[in-house]
Amino acid sequence: MQISCIHSFIIDMRLSELPRHEAAVISAVEDAREGDHIAGRLRDLGFVPGEPVKVLASGPIGADPLLVQIGFTRFALRRAEAARVIVAPSA
Amino acid sequence: MSAAIEVPVAAATTDSLRVALVGNPNCGKTALFNLLTGSRQKVANYAGVTVERKQGRLTTPQGREVLILDLPGAYSLTPASPDEAITRDVCLGTAAGESAPDLIVCVLDATNLRLHLRFALEVARLGRPMLVALNMSDAAARRGIVIDKAKLEAALGVPVVDTIAVRRGGADALLKLLDAHGRTQPALPIAPDADLHAEVNRLLNAAVTMPRRTDARDDLIDRWVLHPVAGLAILAVVLFLIFQAVFAWAAPFQDGIDAGVAFLAQHLGAILPDGLLKSLLVDGIVAGLGGVIVFLPQILFLFLFILALEESGYLPRAAFLLDRLMVGAGLTGRSFIPLLSSFACAIPGIMATRSIQDPRDRLTTIMVAPLMTCSARLPVYALLISAFVPQRDVWLFNLQGLVLFALYIAGIVGALLVSWVMKRFSRDKAEQSLLLELPSYRMPRVRDLAIGLWERATIFLRRVGGIILALTVLLWFLSTFPAPPDGATGPAIDYSFAGRIGQAMEVVFAPIGFNWQICIALIPGLAAREVAVSALATVYALSATSEAAADQLGGLIAQQWSLATALSLLAWYVFAPQCIATLAVIRRETNSVRTMVIATTYLFALAYLAAFAAYRITLALS
Repeated sequence: MQISCIHSFIIDMRLSELPRHEAAVISAVEDAREGDHIAGRLRDLGFVPGEPVKVLASGPIGADPLLVQIGFTRFALRRAEAARVIVAPSA
Repeated sequence: MSAAIEVPVAAATTDSLRVALVGNPNCGKTALFNLLTGSRQKVANYAGVTVERKQGRLTTPQGREVLILDLPGAYSLTPASPDEAITRDVCLGTAAGESAPDLIVCVLDATNLRLHLRFALEVARLGRPMLVALNMSDAAARRGIVIDKAKLEAALGVPVVDTIAVRRGGADALLKLLDAHGRTQPALPIAPDADLHAEVNRLLNAAVTMPRRTDARDDLIDRWVLHPVAGLAILAVVLFLIFQAVFAWAAPFQDGIDAGVAFLAQHLGAILPDGLLKSLLVDGIVAGLGGVIVFLPQILFLFLFILALEESGYLPRAAFLLDRLMVGAGLTGRSFIPLLSSFACAIPGIMATRSIQDPRDRLTTIMVAPLMTCSARLPVYALLISAFVPQRDVWLFNLQGLVLFALYIAGIVGALLVSWVMKRFSRDKAEQSLLLELPSYRMPRVRDLAIGLWERATIFLRRVGGIILALTVLLWFLSTFPAPPDGATGPAIDYSFAGRIGQAMEVVFAPIGFNWQICIALIPGLAAREVAVSALATVYALSATSEAAADQLGGLIAQQWSLATALSLLAWYVFAPQCIATLAVIRRETNSVRTMVIATTYLFALAYLAAFAAYRITLALS
């Protein structure tokens, strides 16, 4: 899946860089390599363009993993996993 | 069940309706399964894999026999774990030894439809007869989520029912539907390339109103439980309470089992004539199994807590807090609770690794769990430390306590090294994922806990018990035959196969300072670690009862063994897999004799190396 950089190429950032409690909308999920299963799984879990996300908390060591709220669900994502998700802050 | 009623039931199963429950993890599917089938469940493994196969039976109000398969929770039919692969294969009818179900019941958490509907659409796309159960419909109503079932039915083309798995009668609507329809129509066709997320949004817009996104209660609890400081403090308190409870609550039961075993041995001994049968029953089976069964209370209490943590939704939170730490050690946050349980006993720890989805992480956790210092090591440690380590203070600390602490640390460091090596030399270098859902908090239900506990207890006693019994008899045979020659002066075990093997083993064990008495005691000591203490007492021909023997033994070995030998034996016990029950559980949980052999070999090798180092270093220093 391509990064959509038509409308928001300046403010697009990775979910792993998103400040806590800041509302954002997913613009893409990148494959880290060809046939990336983790990116595929993220899409299955609802990480698809247009969905609002928020980082609610982070782990006590190295601020890893991240607690991500998407829809009604909370997922713990390691930073490397969250880095695959490109978001645009919506505030 | 008597043979008379077994026949019609067996006959009925051939034409009974076969239903598969599918759904995302945390949709309350297993609670629904428990509600539907109660105690009429059978747990086994799917052919060739270690995925648990849970099947149950029920009779509908109109008398229809239904066989229900509780498939592993899955987020997608594109599998990311062996569990999900099984779910896909059974739904498709391609799983080895399984025929396609007559009806798929797709269970959705009504409070989390955005995620769960997508999976339902994936299942619907298979074109098999299905119906949808909106589970936790009470919680959805409480949160103000209104679902128009008629619209959802029309859009999906399959029946939709409300269920409340945690309430008596909560599955009545589902049962009625099973009676009325049985095999329902497949869902309306969905194009193979359709964007399921867009479909979900369309369905949600058409049929669901939801005022608020998340549960306020979950938000509040998570703010504390996942807090970097408060969260870790809460975790520490939870774990501390569990350990306190396990040891305090299990102790009376363990004393009771000990007393029962002693009573049984005494009475069997009094009734039976002297001879082989008596020896087999009293010294072999009763004593051997008693040594293992005595850990059952601890195992069950630990399991009760693990199940409660899992049901309540706290377990994934603990994994969240500890993931980074465990990743550093080549493991995952999910490994923490199984490994912690292993400090009481490796058996519930290894069985609890089922909650680890990644097969590599699970295997590593199973491999290192026996290195955690379990409670059966304590009698051995206590004997050796009190006999050899002087009772004095080093700075602020008691030297004996320091040595005991060092033994615990040695086990942990060993586990870290082993998991690091396993990761370093693993052939599969693909990135391991966490992607862990933190579900809503739930009050654990007594029925679900009881069924889960019953399952674990039967697995341990029935499946593992057979192996333990066989090995117990083998160890008895080795320690009993051949009988000592007439006029023999030493204890009988010296003349047995075990005695001979022990004496032959001395060649191998002399470099680490073990004498032949230790070598012999190691053989019956395979039954369980603490058995080595009584075995040593036997070899040294101390005929007193266990506690007095341990005291006498301490004095005796303090005179006869060198400090280097004692430290070497301590180092041996940190690593050696002197516990057939653990090995049997490894075999059962990995479904692989090879894994068990590898675990046994590497643990003995590490034990030998550690004992060698301890022996040689002590000799060089003294």
